[in-house]
Order: sequence, then structure tokens, then C-alpha cells
Amino acid sequence: MLDNLTQRLAKVMKTLRGEARLTEENIADALREVRMALLEADVALPVVKEFIAAVKEKALGEEVIASLTPGQALVGVVHGELTRLMGAAHEGLNLATQPPAVVLMAGLQGAGKTTTVGKLGKYLKENLKKKVLVVSCDVYRPAAIQQLQTVAEQAGVEFFPSTTAEKPEAIALAAVDWARRHYCDVVLVDTAGRLAVDAAMMAEIKALHGALNPIETLFVVDAMLGQDAVNTARAFNETLPLTGVVLTKLDGDARGGAALSVRHVTGKPIKFSGVGEKLSGLEAFHPERMASRILGMGDVLSLIEEAKKGLDEEKAMAFAKKLKSGKGFDLNDFKEQIGQMRKMGGMAALMDKMPAQIAQAAGQLPAGTEDKMIRRVEGIINSMTPAERAKPELIKASRKRRIAMGAGVQVQEVNRLLNQFEQTQKMMKQFTKGGIGKLMRGMKGMLPGMGR
Amino acid sequence: MFGFLKKKGGEAVSPPADPAATTETPEQSLSWRERLFGGLARTRAQLGGKLKTIFSRGKVDDELLEELETLLLTSDVGLEATQHLLDALKARAKKDKLETPEAIQEALSQALAELLAPLEQPLSVDGHQPYVIMIAGVNGAGKTTSIGKLAKYFQSQGKSVLLAAGDTFRAAAREQLMTWGERNNVTVIAQDGGDPAAVVFDAISAAKARSIDVVLADTAGRLPTQLHLMEEIAKVRRVIQKADASAPHEVLLVLDANIGQNALAQVKAFDKSIHVTGLVLTKLDGTAKGGVIAAIARQCPKPIRFIGVGEGIDDLRPFVARDFVDAIFA
Ligand SMILES: Nc1nc2c(ncn2[C@@H]2O[C@H](COP(=O)(O)OP(=O)(O)OP(=O)(O)O)[C@@H](O)[C@H]2O)c(=O)[nH]1
Ligand SMILES: Nc1nc2c(ncn2[C@@H]2O[C@H](COP(=O)(O)OP(=O)(O)OP(=O)(O)O)[C@@H](O)[C@H]2O)c(=O)[nH]1
Ligand SMILES: [Mg+2]
Ligand SMILES: [Mg+2]
Repeated sequence: MLDNLTQRLAKVMKTLRGEARLTEENIADALREVRMALLEADVALPVVKEFIAAVKEKALGEEVIASLTPGQALVGVVHGELTRLMGAAHEGLNLATQPPAVVLMAGLQGAGKTTTVGKLGKYLKENLKKKVLVVSCDVYRPAAIQQLQTVAEQAGVEFFPSTTAEKPEAIALAAVDWARRHYCDVVLVDTAGRLAVDAAMMAEIKALHGALNPIETLFVVDAMLGQDAVNTARAFNETLPLTGVVLTKLDGDARGGAALSVRHVTGKPIKFSGVGEKLSGLEAFHPERMASRILGMGDVLSLIEEAKKGLDEEKAMAFAKKLKSGKGFDLNDFKEQIGQMRKMGGMAALMDKMPAQIAQAAGQLPAGTEDKMIRRVEGIINSMTPAERAKPELIKASRKRRIAMGAGVQVQEVNRLLNQFEQTQKMMKQFTKGGIGKLMRGMKGMLPGMGR
Repeated sequence: MFGFLKKKGGEAVSPPADPAATTETPEQSLSWRERLFGGLARTRAQLGGKLKTIFSRGKVDDELLEELETLLLTSDVGLEATQHLLDALKARAKKDKLETPEAIQEALSQALAELLAPLEQPLSVDGHQPYVIMIAGVNGAGKTTSIGKLAKYFQSQGKSVLLAAGDTFRAAAREQLMTWGERNNVTVIAQDGGDPAAVVFDAISAAKARSIDVVLADTAGRLPTQLHLMEEIAKVRRVIQKADASAPHEVLLVLDANIGQNALAQVKAFDKSIHVTGLVLTKLDGTAKGGVIAAIARQCPKPIRFIGVGEGIDDLRPFVARDFVDAIFA
């Protein structure tokens, strides 16, 4: 029932093969599938509608690269757009202020605020060597203060005691004062869970914010939230000048469409993911991964992970920079990329991780041929002079013959490689924003074409 | 029903969140319907009085169907159940020649009520002593709070109650339950750290010794992806059975109404490991409508025993399908 998007699209794709451009007609069915996938993932309906409209506009007229189907090309557009909407990669906490930097937590009941305070405390202490004080302004929930105290002990950070007889504002101000006098770098202020429609409680946290003037105001949301996430997020965003979002319970199997809803409504960066109950369960937020997850493309996720493992970090960075600058992608890079693929265990292993249908649709090749092909391509490039690799347009008929001889292949193969390279160059431009995952997918779509 | 709708419709266009109007009335005298509808009226206001536009159109067309579809989808009813309900509606509209938007909407709410009616099965704790109720659910769903409310509910029916602090993992989970024990003036059986199954076993033995009517066993929140924790809770269930062969008499899964389609997966996963016999749907005092129970009714029906409508000790009500449906269409 919960078909992932790629499976859904694989069905539609079949009917789309062989068309050169994305048109209103050939993507209509696919877009309907995208809409359903997003709704199944709990993206709020108004957000889904806007998203689909945006994707449609982006996709129309898009050229479909030779060996991709329009469906695959559309997945590319959808995934890219979703990643873009999820925001830039990790934005850490902003602590650039006269210490102590005050961080205020806000959110619905049971979202994970208190736990997240503990996680952030541990992270700030251990990774950034900060002196951290935590304080609970939750005078309502039974044993909430005790919970934070225990969590603070686990995190190894300072705990500022409070009682349910006090007012949240007085507690927080006293804590900040204490922190100032004891040279704390950061004060994390936990608050009670509240409903957006609870006017009194919303007024309370607004006043608390006013009194504290925190540098960070984090909205903590449960990744499992449904359609109402838009209403809640809007209300919190209107009451408080939020600076960021923490998405919790991502260790579950919810598709997490709420992430998109919240991001869309607040426009604020999702700064961290909660991935466990333990205090070590905090991670930087990965927009690309979240996009894959919402689309139900878990396999792509592990592919990306794998890709990252295999890639030499520095080289990847340099490469990414090159791509971003939009110039200078030459045959050296092409070879480099292929080498990286080899490191990752070759195409065969990569293809295994692709969502089944896409792999099938894209790679109608006998098993094992891809790896041979990679070696052949490498051989051809190795036969070129450095000048030829840097400026492929130098390679005319006579040079082609020499290269073919050197690599022990037919001239046609050299031609094919050069064509593929040109296509890749084009694709690079298109995929520049999409990051590694998309790159890999693009390449995978490209390589089987070598056989044709 | 339409009189009611009109009245609420009028409220819906007034500015959102009129705090004076809500705080004047003493909290506890508000019926859950009023609480439910209070929250919902505010959503409607935010949405610009959705149903008003449905009614003002005055004719039945695709747009009306789309608006009703939107209403269901934005209530977390989910794609499959929404499609099912709209199909049922279309069939009925044809058969009964429904011609006004009001008739169409009423037919839809009826279809939803019919879908949910089988889930309306109140919980009776007669027939076993002690009647052992195990409470489970994902993190932060409202398990411990619901136990606090249930203790009051059963006591008000003249039953004696004992609580078991089976969450030995989360920080201050035990202290939280202790507070609920104090509020209800009932015993809480707890251990320092230790094994959840052992705590629950102790509690059942104590309840037997003291002729207690109802045992409410809290458990730690867990996500179904944490397989070892799903195994752990299955063990708690087995140990309960060892303490009393007929127990547990009820296995309640607590669902947060704010949660979307994942609630379905939760019901399936917990059912698989501990055989769920009833649901509690919490946090309905917010703007979330908990429509996912329609999907649950379609795919893995379980009786909904109670709904939670606030953080207070009295904010628990038996589930009434018709009221729930009215709240969605309010
Ligand atoms: N699996 C998992 N559980 C989490 C995560 N974050 C928090 N939790 C759990 O979620 C439950 C609620 O967390 P709390 O930190 O108490 O939430 P809160 O927002 O402070 O709750 P209130 O103060 O009652 O509003 C607890 O059982 C936590 O252990 C997470 O990232 N993953
Ligand atoms: N508004 C509202 N809040 C609720 C309701 N039920 C529970 N809560 C709140 O939700 C939060 C979590 O409730 P708990 O009872 O601690 O949830 P839990 O399932 O025991 O959580 P863990 O044991 O951490 O998994 C608390 O802040 C409760 O006050 C409800 O019906 N309405
Ligand atoms: Mg808390
Ligand atoms: Mg609990």
C-alpha cells in the first residue's frame, strides 16, 4: 500500500519512455503519483499543492537525457526541488553573542524538548567545549524539572534548580543571571509543551522570549506529525521569532513529510535531527537525505551513504567546488569520477542499491558488464595526453585513432566515450545543485548507454 | 445537526483564539465536545471558514467534492480511506439523488460515522480481579498522562486502582507516574531501575494480595523500528501472563492525534508484538483532528476506548464516533 515514489513512478515511466522532453501531458500521471507519495508521507495538503505546481513549472521543457526516461528525469527534478526546499545543509547553532548565549526551546507536548536540551548540552560541551547551563521552565508537567535534572547529569552539564511554585520568567532570568556570574557560555532553556491554540500558554512563552531575548529560539517537532503540522508551525512562528527547527524521532519509520510542511511554513532552517532517546542521538540535519526519505527512496539513501564512504572527502569537496563554479569539468575529472566509482565497489554494487525499478529500467545490461565498461573507459582516458584530457575538443580523427590503438579498442568506442563525456558535462550543469546522490544517479543512467 | 453546524459556523468567522471566551468558563465544566469544537472552530477560522464556502456554493459539482476531499485529507484520514469514503459518497449521491451541498456533506459524514461506529466499544473492567491493563505506545504519545486520567476514571466508578511504573528507562518517568499516583491517592509499585517486566509482575502480585480491581501498567515509549524494545515489551506481556494466566485483559495502545499516517504502522507493529485490544487517542484538544483512525478502521480496526482532551486529570472521555465525526465536519 505504501508504495514508494520510485515504485509508483516505475509504473508510469513505462508509458513515458522514448520521449525527448518533459511535457504537460507526459508528466501528468507522474505528477499525480508524486502528489500521492507526498500525501502518504504526511506533507500537508496546501504544501503539496504548491510543491507540485513548482515542480511542474521546473520540469516542463526539461530535456530528457538520452538514456533516462522522462519519469527518471522527473524524479530528478522532484528530488532536487525537495532538497532545495529542505534548505541548505547543516546550519549549526548561532552562539555569536555576549555570553551567555541563550537558547529557548518551544514545541508541542511530548515533541522531545527536554531530551533535546540534554542532547544539545552534551553536544555543546563535548564537541564545542562550551560551559553549558540548563534550566527547566516547565512548572506544569509532573516531574518535568526532575527529568531535566537527570538528563543534565547524563549530559554532564550544569543544572539550574527550579520549582513548580515559581514563574517561568523568573526562573529563566535567575538562571541567566547565574550563568553570567559563573561564566557559562550557553544557557539552554527548556519549556513546557503547549498547544498552539492555548492562548494563555502561547502568551507565556512570548513573554518568556521577550524577557530572555535568546539568540536561538528552536522549534522542536516530532517527525511523525501529520497534516496539522502546518497550523502548529504557523502559530508558533507567528508567536515567536523562531531561528531554527529540531526534528525529532527520525529513528522511527515515519516518512517525515512534516519536515517539509514546517520548513515551508516557517522558512526556518532545520538545524538538527533527533535520532534516538539517548543523548548521543543528535545529528546534523541532511536535506538531501530527508528528501529521499519523504519520497520513500530509502535505497537511494544508502546509496548516497555508500558513495560518501567510497569518496575521498577532499577530492569530493574539490570536485564539488569545481562543479559549483560551473566550469572546467574535463576528462581528468571524468576519469577521477570513474575511479571513485571503482572504489565504491563498481557499478554492480551500486546498482544493487538503486530502487529496484529504476535500476531495472535504467540498466538492462547483463550483470558484470558495467565493471568491464568502467575499466575500458579508464583505459581510453589513460591513452590520452594530459592536454587532451583537459581540452577534449582537441581530439580530432588522427588523435582518436592513436588513442584507440593505445587502449586496444575500436575508434567508435572512443567516439562513444567522447559523446558520453559531453552528455555528462551537460548533466553536471543540471545536477550541480543536487549533490552527490543525484550525480551518482545521473551517472548510472549514463553508463549503460555506453553499450548501445 | 445542521442547527449545530450553523451555530459553529458563526463562531468560526469570529477572530481566532478569543481567550476571554474560553477562560471565563471553568475548565472542568466544558464538555469534551465543547473542547473539541473549541479547538476546531479556531482551525476553521484559520482556514477561513472552510465549510462556509462549501455551503455558500449551493450546488453540487466537482469543486464541492474536491473540498470534501481536502477536508478529509487535511484531517489525516489518508489517501486510501478518503478514496473509500468519497466512493461511498458518490454511490449514495447517485442512489438517493442528493442535490444540495448540505445533503452531500451529511451523506459523507454519515459514511464516516458508519466506518467509525464499530470502533465505539467502551471498556468494561468487570469480570476479572485484578483487571490488568497494559499501556503501550511510541515516545511522548501520552501514556503516563492517560494512566493518571484512567486511574481517576476507574476510581470514580468505584474501583480500586494500582499503578505499575513499568517505564524504567526514561529520565524521571517513575517520578512522573508517582505524581499521578499522589494526585489519585493510589499506590504506585516501582523499583529502582531494573527490569520493566519484573516491576509489572510485582504490581500484579501486590494487587492480588490487596484485592485491587484495576492494575494500570505503564511502559516506556518506543518506536517500532527499535526491534529489541518491541521484543522487550512482548516479554512484559508474557510475564504479565505468567503472573495471571488470563491477563493482560486489555492492551491499550496510546496514539497522539497529531501524528499522521505513521499511526497506522504503529497499530500494526504493536499489535504484532503485544496484541493490541484497544486504543486511546490523545491530544484532541489541539487543532489536529486524528482522522487517521478512519484509516485504522479500514486497515487494522481496533476499538477506540478513550480520547484525551487535555493535560488535566479529568481530560479523558469515552470515544463516541458521532461526536468525533461532527468535530471533523464542524
Ligand atoms: N526514539 C526517539 N525518542 C525521542 C527522541 N527525542 C525524544 N524522544 C522521546 O520522546 C519522549 C518525549 O520526550 P521529552 O523530551 O520528554 O518531550 P518534551 O517535548 O519535553 O515533552 P513535554 O515536556 O511533555 O512537552 C521521551 O520518551 C523521549 O525519550 C528521538 O529523537 N527519538
Ligand atoms: N494537550 C494535551 N496534552 C497531553 C494529552 N495527553 C498527554 N499530554 C501531554 O503530552 C506530554 C507527554 O505525555 P506523557 O504522558 O508523558 O507521554 P508518554 O507517552 O508517557 O511519554 P514517554 O513515556 O516519554 O514515551 C505531556 O506534556 C502531557 O501533559 C492530551 O490529551 N492533551
Ligand atoms: Mg519536557
Ligand atoms: Mg511515559
